[in-house]
Amino acid sequence: METLKHLLNLLSDPRISFPILMILFFFIFPPTAWFEKWNKRLHFDRLWTPVGGLVMHGLMLVALVAATLDPNFRLIVTKPDNVPIVILIFGSVYFLWLSMRQARDNDQRLEAGEKPDEYCDPKRRDILVWPDVLYIELIAMILCMAFIIIWSLYLQAPLEQPANPALAPNPAKAPWYFLALQEMLVYFDPWLAGVVFPTLIIVGLIALPYLDSDRAGSGFYSFSRRKLFISLFCFGWLLLWVYLIIVGTFLRGPNWNFFGPFEVWDAHKVVPMNNVNLSELIWIKLLHRPLPNSILLREAVGILGLLGYLFVLPPLLEKSALKRFAGQMGRMRYGLFMFLSLMGLLLPIKMILRWTLSLKYLVSIPGWFNI
Amino acid sequence: MGPEKKQKRNLADLIFKSVLWRSIFRTDIPTDKRGRMVTVLNNFFLHLHPVSIPRHAVKLKYTWLMGILATFLFFVLTITGILLMFYYRPTVQYAYNDVLDMAESTPLGVMREIHRWSAHLMVITVWLHMFRVFMTGSYKPPREFNWGVGVILLTLTMLLSFTGYLLPWDQLAIWAITVGSNMAAATPLVGREGPGSALLSIGDISLIGRTSDAKFMLLGDTRIAEGALLRFYVFHCVFFPFIIVMFMMVHFWRIRKDGGISGPA
Repeated sequence: METLKHLLNLLSDPRISFPILMILFFFIFPPTAWFEKWNKRLHFDRLWTPVGGLVMHGLMLVALVAATLDPNFRLIVTKPDNVPIVILIFGSVYFLWLSMRQARDNDQRLEAGEKPDEYCDPKRRDILVWPDVLYIELIAMILCMAFIIIWSLYLQAPLEQPANPALAPNPAKAPWYFLALQEMLVYFDPWLAGVVFPTLIIVGLIALPYLDSDRAGSGFYSFSRRKLFISLFCFGWLLLWVYLIIVGTFLRGPNWNFFGPFEVWDAHKVVPMNNVNLSELIWIKLLHRPLPNSILLREAVGILGLLGYLFVLPPLLEKSALKRFAGQMGRMRYGLFMFLSLMGLLLPIKMILRWTLSLKYLVSIPGWFNI
Repeated sequence: MGPEKKQKRNLADLIFKSVLWRSIFRTDIPTDKRGRMVTVLNNFFLHLHPVSIPRHAVKLKYTWLMGILATFLFFVLTITGILLMFYYRPTVQYAYNDVLDMAESTPLGVMREIHRWSAHLMVITVWLHMFRVFMTGSYKPPREFNWGVGVILLTLTMLLSFTGYLLPWDQLAIWAITVGSNMAAATPLVGREGPGSALLSIGDISLIGRTSDAKFMLLGDTRIAEGALLRFYVFHCVFFPFIIVMFMMVHFWRIRKDGGISGPA
């Protein structure tokens, strides 16, 4: 039992779980034909069958029950403000399954030359809003209200000690829906994690319909028709948003240190902080020379690397690997698409660099900015 | 013949055929298809809907009802929020005790619970609504603008929830807002700790300082105190609800104008 707990603690560490999930992700949601081949070969599409759904939800339920059996973890899970996150976890997985199941069905139909399940003969397609739709809405609203009233009667809204600016709780956490942003603070400075990235998320979401140049395939669940965009969107939604919220809520304890589900939140846990900048890695460790005095020279690799990553890589790919894709999209769309995707990928890249090389900053110009 | 005719005027007729009723509702209780269509057209609230919708859109597995539930939760939050405002004063001196009293000494003392849990639920339903719209490809033309309006509504939902988080004025509240508002100080150019803030200066005088940056504008102070509480109260109760209602109106109107609920061609 202790070994099992220890193993679960180890597995839930983002350093382990994130790379595993990230690699698995693209085989479960294949963005390209190559991944799709492996998806079929590994039978990952069976996740979206009723049995697959039962297994997924069963595992989550077991995990939840197991977690609440542990007295320490129960305190965290049953915190009143954390109950919505449990709803979010089950909700996001259930609706993911529901949409992917219908997508899988529809893809099989489309392959067989049939119309999607949503399609209906125009002659007999319409349902009157009064009374059918209004009944559904009324019942939904009543059930929703009943659910909230029951929830409210059983669970009191939290109210802690009166505000005291002199007494900071440890850890101080943002509201749960912003915890993915707070989790980004581990890897990026506030101006990026708290301002630039949220802005890019909003801009990117608004830009999405203008980037997805394929006008077909609207109005029904499908994966094969939109695999690239579904894959990227779900990567952002499931791994960079929901997953980071879960980590931020349940697995981040005092001093924002990582704590496994079966680990006691010890405020005195010592975590070595020996992160180094890219400039130090290159000049001192690699070239065995002191850091140059000129800031531009010192940070040259980081600056050029980032500029190259954002502004040279896309044109190179446009000419080579992504030629067809870029041609379909057009220059403007392709440019914006690549910029937003590469900015989004900066987060997992920085995470992995932090875990493998203890990298602190790619570019560090004190007094100006750090990246 | 006379008495018989009088007996047929039952209670339903007395109400539904009365001058009062007919002055309020512009159509009779519908009994046929035409009547059902006219009912929807002639009612201010119902006419958000079209008269009829495609068969697939009635199935729960297609829409998940997330849009309607998010709207419903917004109204639950508005009503409970207004009730809470009767009992709450946004000052450092009173705020915490008012919230404490709410549970203890007001009739129907679960209003704060209903408000808080509905708020959490609204954030989740709005996210899942976006996820559904995405997974059905419904953001594609001609609905691309309305998707953008939806993204703004989602952002506003989170801002509404965030500004409400401070109001109980307990430890949970101010430290969660501390984490959030420190981000404002890091805004490029206009945040004191953000990159480029030194650029905005005239001669030796810096325009961005402790009392003149984005964080100060948000909090009305250099730290979370009286000014921040009042600002967040006004943001939460007036400013953001006003803005979100504007965007909701456009969102609903555009759903209709863009051809109603999405479906396969």
